[in-house]
Amino acid sequence: MTPIVILGARVIDPETGHDDIADIRIEHGHITDFGNVDIDGADVIDGGGLILSPGLIDMRVVTGEPGAEHKETLMTAGQAAAAGGVTSMVVMPQTEPIIDDMSLLAHLQESGRETSPVNVYCAGALTKGLKSEAMTEIGLMSEAGALFFSNGETPIADSRLMRRLLSYSSAFNALIAHRAVDPYLSNGACAHESDFSSRLGLTGAPSASERIMVQRDAALAELTGGRLLVDLLSSEDGLTALRRAKDRDIDISASVSIHHLCLNEMDIGAYRTFAKLDPPLREESDRQALLAGINDGSIDVIVSGHDPRGAGEKRLPFDQAAAGAVGLEILLAAGLTLVADEQLDLIAFLTALTINPATLLGLKSGRIAEGAPADLILFDAHKPWVCDADDLVSGSKNTPFDGRRLQGKTVVTIVGGKIVFDARSA
Amino acid sequence: MTLDGYAFSRPHLLSIRDLNRVDVELLLELGERYHGPGPYDQILAGKTLINLFFEKSTRTQTSFEISGKRLGADVINMAVENSSVAKGETLLDTAATLNAMRPDLLVVRHGSSGAQALLSQKVSCAVINAGDGAHEHPTQALLDALTLRVALREQGRDLTGLRIAICGDILHSRVARSNVKLLNMMGCDVRLIGPPTLIPADAYRWGVDVFHNMEDGLRECDVVMMLRLQMERMSGAFIPSKREYFHYYGLNREKLAYANEAALVMHPGPMNRGVEISSDVADDPQISLITRQVESGVAMRMAILHTLSQQDQGAPS
Repeated sequence: MTPIVILGARVIDPETGHDDIADIRIEHGHITDFGNVDIDGADVIDGGGLILSPGLIDMRVVTGEPGAEHKETLMTAGQAAAAGGVTSMVVMPQTEPIIDDMSLLAHLQESGRETSPVNVYCAGALTKGLKSEAMTEIGLMSEAGALFFSNGETPIADSRLMRRLLSYSSAFNALIAHRAVDPYLSNGACAHESDFSSRLGLTGAPSASERIMVQRDAALAELTGGRLLVDLLSSEDGLTALRRAKDRDIDISASVSIHHLCLNEMDIGAYRTFAKLDPPLREESDRQALLAGINDGSIDVIVSGHDPRGAGEKRLPFDQAAAGAVGLEILLAAGLTLVADEQLDLIAFLTALTINPATLLGLKSGRIAEGAPADLILFDAHKPWVCDADDLVSGSKNTPFDGRRLQGKTVVTIVGGKIVFDARSA
Repeated sequence: MTLDGYAFSRPHLLSIRDLNRVDVELLLELGERYHGPGPYDQILAGKTLINLFFEKSTRTQTSFEISGKRLGADVINMAVENSSVAKGETLLDTAATLNAMRPDLLVVRHGSSGAQALLSQKVSCAVINAGDGAHEHPTQALLDALTLRVALREQGRDLTGLRIAICGDILHSRVARSNVKLLNMMGCDVRLIGPPTLIPADAYRWGVDVFHNMEDGLRECDVVMMLRLQMERMSGAFIPSKREYFHYYGLNREKLAYANEAALVMHPGPMNRGVEISSDVADDPQISLITRQVESGVAMRMAILHTLSQQDQGAPS
């Protein structure tokens, strides 16, 4: 592999806070030099006017592999990731079959290595068949490479089971990502509970549902010493509960999807099912609170929440339509648009997509340092463009950003020292 | 029976917590005497021992029966399934009924913690706890200590300062609770090893060190005491599978190598081979005390029956 040198880019490394013009040399898949570098024998990329940062780590990607390859494979998801500046993605276990066993996990990792241009990691199922009854082999799956454990979109209602899961997993220091939803309170809901949804005649899930589950899970994490990630925080109520738990020194962290930072319930408009998400889009005050949570570091991680859905699942009456949106290609641009609007701090945004997920998941990437893996992106923070869903690389095109103006785009994506996406040639 | 002028004075044997170090020494000393070959004095001749087992048991019940008979007692096994208990009689009514038949020794196993303590208040004979719920199994702890004492004496050592790891399902184990108390009393350094779901949340307050992996927990241990994992705990509620349990907590040669060289292995039985212990470890006479535990069981229970038959139990309250 020919060495690569990137010259004159504004290099941002959220781990160290480095934010200055610098050159970088990449050789044998690693960053070998950082500062003023030797360009001997290297392919030179002009980074002038561009930002160079660690590649994004998206720790919540649903694909259709295995079982629903018509929606998305690891290959198409990987191509979408590369185009969106995501160099590592963690795929969720809610596939068909469900990834609740070492051999399935190994098979999926193998497929990711063979077909995807970006790094593919796997999350293991927390309970067998995601049925919330019996725990999976958390120890053996951790050893096989599962980065965390999730029950998919289904919260575990049984508090005693959740206690045992957090307790058992603590012996392996395994991370449990759990949806903050009270399943009884949110039963049958398809939108946020508010005056808006009630006027539309849609059954709503109150923010209290999220708050109750954050509080329960925080109490169980405190009791057991388990590591908990609140998966997809969506409300100010939930964030308040999270902050309280963090004040008590509980090992708790949280993620938020890019959609919940950019959109609110008004984007449903006249029953636009492409804006039907799970958790539902909530009020503008919730969105503002979540942005503040990223800016002050209370929320640790931003994810795409990538969830490919075919038109057949989306073109249905609102309550019957599937929830979910693709996000791998939108993540960076949507965030940069918020940065340009001065709603989001650039460093806080990148922190939540690089060093924070890397630390939570124990990955060596997500940082710019000599010896670190050369998973890097070069992007133009100002380039305006209009999102056309049909142009997405992803196997599915369901996005609420269709037709929206965005600002900021990936220019080059490098994974393991190899260029996997290059917009300069296009 | 006295030691330095102190005589054993407990009316019942309900819990190791009721005993002090001298009581234990007295019992172990007598147990060691009964460890030798017979014939034995028929010290219980004319006395009646009732085995009252509310939970099924083979080895403990048989062990008590043989112990009683070797000392000349009349031993009656009450099969609870066929008794009035099955017809709805309460524990205290059963106690009053049995007491009216004037037994001398009552050996009781019950599924509820503390049942024997309640029963002992209503009878005028000695009550011996043969296991109550997840609370205590004091005769097992005493026979384990006797087994160790005899085995260590052959090597010129004793229990003081010994490092012992108790491994497995501590949460549901009455054997572990009795052993922790007894071994702590004897000056051992006790460790508990198991998955967090099978160790009580506050176990670190028992005067033990708690570990969740065998490599750290077994380091420099002289004795490894494995506990039985009940099948119904393996189906996902406490641990994911037999496979994962054996991988991380099952005792095989590889894990035993973390302990001291020549570390001894114990198991209260019955064993699940391939779940908590591998056969080559369990069956190695150089390191496994498992068969000797059964042998010591009879001697220890003879000593316990002997000692308690000499006590005055007073009138029931």
